[in-house]
Amino acid sequence: MRRILQMLRELRRYPSAMGGLALIGALIGVSIYAIIAIPYPEAIRLWRGGAGVWDDNPRNAAPVWTDLFTGDRLPRTIIVDTTKGATKTVTPLPDGKNRVEFTLKFDYPYDRFPSEIILFAQAVAGTEAAGRTRYSVLWRFPNGQEYQVAANRSMRASDNYYISQDMSLVQNLGATGEYALFTDMAMKAVPVKERVPLKGEYTVLIRAEVPAEADFNAKLVVYGRIHGLAGTDHRRRDLTVALLWGTPLALVFGLLGAVGTTMVTFVLSGIGTWFGRWVDALFQRITQVNMVIPTLPVLIMIGTFYNRSLWLMLGVYMALSIFGGGMVTYRAMFLQAKEAPYIEAARAYGAKNMRIVFRYLLPRIIPVLLPSFVLIVPAFVFLEAGLAVLGLGDPILPTWGKVINDAQSQDALYKGYYYWVVEPALLLMITGFAFSMVGYALDRVFNPRLRTV
Amino acid sequence: MRGGNALRFLRYTAVRAVTQGLAVVVALYLTILIVNMGGRLDNIRRSEIRLAVATSITTNPANAELPPSVINQMIEERTQLEYRRLGLDRNFFIRSFDYLTTALSLSLGRAENLFSDSGSREVRRIIAERLPSTLILFGTANLIIFFGTLWVGLALSRRYGTWVDRLVVSLAPTSAAPGWFYGIFLLLIFAAVLRVLPWGGMVSAPPPENRWLYAASVLQHMILPVTAMVLGSFFSGAYGRRTFFLIFSSEDYVDLAKAKGLSSRALQNRYILRPTLPTIITGFVLMVIGLWFGAIILETVFNWPGVGRLYYQATQSSDTPVVVGVMVVYGYLLAISVFMLDFIYGIVDPRVRVTGGTQRRL
Repeated sequence: MRRILQMLRELRRYPSAMGGLALIGALIGVSIYAIIAIPYPEAIRLWRGGAGVWDDNPRNAAPVWTDLFTGDRLPRTIIVDTTKGATKTVTPLPDGKNRVEFTLKFDYPYDRFPSEIILFAQAVAGTEAAGRTRYSVLWRFPNGQEYQVAANRSMRASDNYYISQDMSLVQNLGATGEYALFTDMAMKAVPVKERVPLKGEYTVLIRAEVPAEADFNAKLVVYGRIHGLAGTDHRRRDLTVALLWGTPLALVFGLLGAVGTTMVTFVLSGIGTWFGRWVDALFQRITQVNMVIPTLPVLIMIGTFYNRSLWLMLGVYMALSIFGGGMVTYRAMFLQAKEAPYIEAARAYGAKNMRIVFRYLLPRIIPVLLPSFVLIVPAFVFLEAGLAVLGLGDPILPTWGKVINDAQSQDALYKGYYYWVVEPALLLMITGFAFSMVGYALDRVFNPRLRTV
Repeated sequence: MRGGNALRFLRYTAVRAVTQGLAVVVALYLTILIVNMGGRLDNIRRSEIRLAVATSITTNPANAELPPSVINQMIEERTQLEYRRLGLDRNFFIRSFDYLTTALSLSLGRAENLFSDSGSREVRRIIAERLPSTLILFGTANLIIFFGTLWVGLALSRRYGTWVDRLVVSLAPTSAAPGWFYGIFLLLIFAAVLRVLPWGGMVSAPPPENRWLYAASVLQHMILPVTAMVLGSFFSGAYGRRTFFLIFSSEDYVDLAKAKGLSSRALQNRYILRPTLPTIITGFVLMVIGLWFGAIILETVFNWPGVGRLYYQATQSSDTPVVVGVMVVYGYLLAISVFMLDFIYGIVDPRVRVTGGTQRRL
């Protein structure tokens, strides 16, 4: 054991190993941060993203730092809410209803058009019997022009008014809302690509007629084109959740897989070699059969027909790789080690079988085992990603592979949402490289034949 | 003595062939059990068949006037008929041996949902149609990787410690990422940003009439997947070979040969390559096996119409005969690879020849 520790200390001489260890340390740090900052149930809730969770996020928005690479100022999401800092006037109407008027103001300083506009309207404490709420929206441009976006729109308890999908805007202003409401109305005939956003202060006047004793609130969201540190996906989810939480999941998956398969194979092949006879023969036959069963197709089959849970996949993969190539390699090493004089000495003083296997036989091979154990971690990390790319990712867990899969299925590369693919891919690559840098250095330290040359 | 050796070698080969054959049978039967997954797949298929039958009967205008009870009875009868056509009415245990014998004899049966491009339902045809495209892609990539790493490894082992050597050593960790992963990056660079190479597929649409243009188009489509595969395993391969050759060139007999004044070519061929041949061959066969597995994801990323993609489509449409068929082909290919390995070992590795079949490869 002391010898192994001493060898590990020797790792310090390899800059690549230190770099790899630093990266692994950073990944562990990110994992701890992710688990503390977003507790597990919260992460699952956010990633499932039901109604109301991500409503204020733009779809497919690039990360905010893309701003640094484009000369233009890209729009961020602007949210104006009638409950927050809007002027409000209430006037009673002769028919017993109330007229509620709001003036919402926001500044638009960006060089590109927003991606979408939605008005979320909400009637407060209105009773069904008292009648419906009706509201109108008047849009005032910075240059003083005005446009009636909606007139006497009727609603019950709530209404999501998708302004960018309102075809009347296309008819009247020649473009969908996110373009038409941000250009000079005189540019009606100009195609969208040639338009430039009108900068300045916009005013939105909302006038609602609500039944007595009821109230009305509205939230206007002008969705930007950049959002958060990592951007968002097609379901408006903030990718930081998946990128952060993907880290502990990838590490746990990789380490569990590597520890599980290597240790079990190692111990079993040690026992098999030591006891020989039928135990050894049985293990060899199982290995022979197992080598003919293709692993990935079996995993795909189980994922498709049975269950896509990450942990089930890991279990099946481990079960299939225990009796794999490692069994053959370790067996050859153990066969040599078994003949060593010190083993004979142990036998001579009457050591029990299990004592010999665990105290003398197995430790002898650990130096060979350690590098291959570290080198196998990336294989597991990429296995998860690969399964996810095939659409067999875990149904609820936010993993990097699933982000790539979402991006692939939404043709992210074709549509130019590069960040969506590059971010998880880079993280995968960093994880893979970190472990393999350490692994190769360990290989050089622990393999004495490599050191002499 | 020579005759005795030949006999021993024959026995060794025969024993290996028989055990390998048995392994295939057992593995295939296990596969069939896994495919069925405790009757789960049967249930999926039954409900799919029932749905298809019900849709076809209820949407048929000729049946519009019939009362619901008659329609239900029709659905029931037709479903049972369909079950019998597909053998679903029999016990799974019997069916499993049915599957096994058809699978082993490579007759493979008929697909339930998928068609071959020529419109055939025969699993054998469907697979045979996809095999060439898999072979052309993976054959090319494998050969490049195998001979490339061998050559680079040999060259580096003689230039130990130079900057090229150090470069390859420091690039070795890049192989931690698999080929499909580099494929995504390559698609990003060459298809999305630069728009110089195709997004995927095997040939441009519509396929060129001219044979040469067709070949050129296939080649163009192969650039990215082959590059991806090479990136995914080249540097660690070269590193491994280099280290391996370094160890062998530090043996005493190599020093002796050097002292005798042999040319470096003779030294390389006779004293470095010859003793390392078994390991090199193992590496080749193991790589072939490994790339078979990686093929499914890579083919999916590049939309390559190969066997891996077919397998994936078959699982998605729960087409058992095709799934089993592809597994059979994989199983046979793996078994043949492993057997070839043992066979070649018997020829090239003196240790195996001497001990005559009792020793497993080291």
